[in-house]
Amino acid sequence: MYTQALDIPQPKGEPKGPRVVENADYQAEFDAKIDAGGFIEAKDWMPEAYRKTLVRQISQHAHSEIVGMLPEGNWITRAPSLKRKAILLAKVQDEGGHGLYLYAAAETLGVSRDELYEALLDGRAKYSSIFNYPTLTWADIGVIGWLVDGAAIMNQIPLCKCSYGPYSRAMVRICKEESFHQRQGYDLLLQMMKGTPEQREMVQDAVNRWWWPSIMMFGPHDKDSQHSETSMRWGIKRISNDDLRQKFVDATVKQAEVLGITLPDPDLKWNEARGHYDFGAIDWEEFWSTVNGHGQCNVDRIAARRKAWEEGAWVREAALEHARKQAAREKVAA
Amino acid sequence: MTQQNIATPEHIEYVLRMGDNALILGQRLSEWCGHAPVLEEDMALANTALDLIGQARLLLTHAGKLEGQGRDEDQLAFLRVERDYRNVTLTELPNEDFGRTVVRNFLFAAFQVLLYQRLATSSDAELAAIAAKSLKEARYHLSHAGEWVIRLGDGTELSHARAQAALDYLWPYTAEFFAANPADDAVAAAGIGPAWASLEPEWEALVVPVLNEATLTVPARTPFRTYGKFGRHSEHMGHLLATMQYMQRTYPGAQW
Repeated sequence: MYTQALDIPQPKGEPKGPRVVENADYQAEFDAKIDAGGFIEAKDWMPEAYRKTLVRQISQHAHSEIVGMLPEGNWITRAPSLKRKAILLAKVQDEGGHGLYLYAAAETLGVSRDELYEALLDGRAKYSSIFNYPTLTWADIGVIGWLVDGAAIMNQIPLCKCSYGPYSRAMVRICKEESFHQRQGYDLLLQMMKGTPEQREMVQDAVNRWWWPSIMMFGPHDKDSQHSETSMRWGIKRISNDDLRQKFVDATVKQAEVLGITLPDPDLKWNEARGHYDFGAIDWEEFWSTVNGHGQCNVDRIAARRKAWEEGAWVREAALEHARKQAAREKVAA
Repeated sequence: MTQQNIATPEHIEYVLRMGDNALILGQRLSEWCGHAPVLEEDMALANTALDLIGQARLLLTHAGKLEGQGRDEDQLAFLRVERDYRNVTLTELPNEDFGRTVVRNFLFAAFQVLLYQRLATSSDAELAAIAAKSLKEARYHLSHAGEWVIRLGDGTELSHARAQAALDYLWPYTAEFFAANPADDAVAAAGIGPAWASLEPEWEALVVPVLNEATLTVPARTPFRTYGKFGRHSEHMGHLLATMQYMQRTYPGAQW
């Protein structure tokens, strides 16, 4: 689901992959292809920095999908109706699927899924920090669909035209499913807003907690963004963080009115001259604090993924050992 | 005369029992989400849970219609007391590890496949239609879980020991599938569905070859008996229901 803007610096020791030989002729050909709006494919030559940027971005995105299964998974067993339970199970399953396509897209760049996954588990790789916030009530599930998936879609639609072919094709499929998730989330909230005062309060409380983290998902302001310019040049990023954020705010205000909830920003108001909504200052201290490991759930999220990985080691080894035995038996039989 | 008016208590109970089996195992499997040994299995377990919840919705809706008291799938799923749930005890047991989870899925899916096959000719047309749709899913669950039983049984020493321990633990609970039940005789006589006891030989014929291929030892039958399908559950059931019913119990009458 959720790519965060790709400006999150990767700590040292990220997965390396093959080293690319720099070559001026190849570079010229690559630049020409990018300028013409063409796609770079896995077998094409690409500059080392382009490859590394993509590995970082695609793997952060893949990790976000699978870490994102946890906060929503927290509510599957407590979903209030069978229909909602089924919708949530299907959604979380889709996220696992997105993780798979994205790891596969990253593997075309010469890194392995296990290598990327280990970088997540030992804290070298980042994932979208939105998942370091807790899901406290059922309304959080609707608000995540509406705001978090909504922000993710804004970030991801431009990636369907990203210059790297395998990533762009994965994103086309992912965006279709994300739009569906967003509608389901909004529908969940509409139903709750038609309900009891307690249900409406639950929605408002969830919106109050998720609004600012959602608009932080677009990453730092353009002036503070480390990778944006190069990524724009390479056609990996098409629209700036601030433009995407503005687009999201403009679209969301009307949806909030239809729902009948208040967005928790006293400075949010229509600016006739700009033709956009103005909104209040973002608390970047909180953003960086969460990105850097001090959010409420950072430790728990990674601990949960690490526990699953470690406790599943015997299962993965069993599958490999059975495959080896099968191959040996087939060899004897042949 | 419509079917609702002629449904007997045995008929309703039979459909409810199938619905509860799917519901409770679906609920258990959904606990795995995000915690499986590999991403592919995270998806497969979620998918199996989703299929089972889907089956539960159809079966409970049908049971509610047969009952004719206006109870829908959610009232049946979330607002009964423990004693009124009719699932076999095996489905409510904690997941424990991946080994116990796939061995249970295998033993249960084999039972579901046979039951759904036989229901194709049910005199209850709605039940026959639900069974036909669900049979495809149960076959997939059987094949997927069966492959894992073989991988674990024929894998490493450790995985073999864990698969065997899971089988030893779960096998006694399968006796409940086939325990004589007077309601089943009435249902079988009416051509609605088979008496579950009659499925035992076919079930063994389906599961034992796979367990053999997995190099696992099939446990002998013991006097151990459980009675979930008669409403007497294990200590685990109350905890499962407390979680599952939490929202409906906390906010009575709210629509979601």
